[in-house]
Amino acid sequence: MSFSDKFELVCGVETHVEMATKTKIFCGCSTEFGGEQNTHVCPVCLGLPGVLPVLNKEVVNLAIKAGLALNCIIAEYSKFDRKNYYYPDLPKNYQTSQYDLPICKNGWLEINTPCGKKKIGITRVHMEEDAGKLVHSGETITTSKSSGVDYNRAGVPLLEIVSEPDLRSVDEVLAYLEELVQIMDYAGISDCRMEQGSVRFDVNVSLRPRGSSEFGTRTEIKNLNSFNSVRRCLEYESERQAELLLKGEKVEQETRTWDEGQGITLSLRSKEEAHDYRYFPEPDLVPIIIEREWVERIRASLSELPAAKRERLKSLGLSEYDAAVLTSSKAMADYFDEAFTFGVDAKTLANWIMGDLSALLKIDGCSFENSPVSPRQLAGLLNLIKDGTISGKIAKAVLEEIYKTGKDPEVIVKEKGLAQISDAGALEKIVEGVLAANTKSVEDYLAGKETALGYLVGQVMKATQGRANPGLVNKLLKEKLSR
Amino acid sequence: MKITEKDVEQLATVSRLELTAEDVSAYTKYLNTALDYMDKLKKLDTSKVEPAQQVLPVKNVFREDTVEASLEKELALANAPEVEEGSFKVPRIVL
Repeated sequence: MSFSDKFELVCGVETHVEMATKTKIFCGCSTEFGGEQNTHVCPVCLGLPGVLPVLNKEVVNLAIKAGLALNCIIAEYSKFDRKNYYYPDLPKNYQTSQYDLPICKNGWLEINTPCGKKKIGITRVHMEEDAGKLVHSGETITTSKSSGVDYNRAGVPLLEIVSEPDLRSVDEVLAYLEELVQIMDYAGISDCRMEQGSVRFDVNVSLRPRGSSEFGTRTEIKNLNSFNSVRRCLEYESERQAELLLKGEKVEQETRTWDEGQGITLSLRSKEEAHDYRYFPEPDLVPIIIEREWVERIRASLSELPAAKRERLKSLGLSEYDAAVLTSSKAMADYFDEAFTFGVDAKTLANWIMGDLSALLKIDGCSFENSPVSPRQLAGLLNLIKDGTISGKIAKAVLEEIYKTGKDPEVIVKEKGLAQISDAGALEKIVEGVLAANTKSVEDYLAGKETALGYLVGQVMKATQGRANPGLVNKLLKEKLSR
Repeated sequence: MKITEKDVEQLATVSRLELTAEDVSAYTKYLNTALDYMDKLKKLDTSKVEPAQQVLPVKNVFREDTVEASLEKELALANAPEVEEGSFKVPRIVL
């Protein structure tokens, strides 16, 4: 059953992105992931009495950069506020965040939909601190007698990016998230390591009858940490709401949690969860005044964003699909750009990057950032194919050899004697040998069976370990056979 | 604006405070006195006054993004009521 005939999904997303700074937002503790528990902490991020936070300037720089990348208005005056709630992962009993004067607002990003390009509004972007990490002693939070808290993550700078409720299908939500994460990656705001939880999503979901312009009652599902969880969660939650509405029941406005194991959302509503954060201005931090000159300096440092990069790649003759795959990570796109400077054909290069090289990297879990085959070496390999030194088939073997040994392709070809045999004299003997040994195929060919030629070419290639120039082999065979 | 005893009870809940019935009635009274005064202030003409977000004449205080030494682990955990495997141990969270 599908809800989509009767109802339309209305969704907005709050995305939390851990920023790529060396230190925390208000103290000099390291933000490095995976440190021993409670070793990246100090009196400030532990919330000990009497300490004063001091804002990390790089956090502001990156927040401005993110705002520019998302076409936002950058505030001239911004400040921090305290968001008050009690939870053990929050040592101060308040989160230092931004309330009414966020650093960026009113932006947008563009996604591709089956009906063309669509702009998704960005309501606001604000800076805040992350909380610590809880480890529950039992299976789940509800069955645990106690929990352990590691405050290494407390105070790591986060950017919260709030979208307008402009998303109308699960696919649109995913397209939005993928584009957003790519932009954060390209602009260097975050390293976007999803598997380390450096990007998290809260989704607001409601349904309305198709054709209606009013919004239905929404639920908020918090703390999704992968694209796949978002997709499954939205599919489940929209079906759940549709069932309620079809039965004539109401959707409760509430916060829900996604249970990954069971694949369902659960209500989190309780008296303790009552939302009243009692925001007030953070008295320990002074206002941030952002002069235009500061914004312009950051604008000038903004690198090419994924949408612009895709257009540029398409202008080189690549398809929409190729451009999308190549730009799916900044590292892969940078790899392409660097290799392209060595004067190779864009389409051929794209095929090798997306095909053979990607496959090799995947086996070892490597990324393009630390590829054992450098862009220069890949370009060198493609040039060896282009000038006829090696065949495409041999090139695959050479690529693996570069990957394993780090040697340049020219060296490998020379050392292993892989250069293509393009000397007609040398090939002629082999061709003659093959013809003499395959009289049946020769008869077939002469009787009009064209496919027999392919077999004969194959035999010559076999005899030369794939090194014979295929064009020349074809030509020689035809010459001999026509006599 | 009037604060009711129910508001005070709710405020106590979200502030993790346990109040007796007398406390609730006393705080309701105090908070209303404060809010009455706010009502008085609201009558002033502030149309020509800039909203004050901060009272200090200071802006843009930043630190550079340079790593500084963190606390020794033992010191970080020294004030914890209970420690378990290098973590601050806290009682069951969801009741």
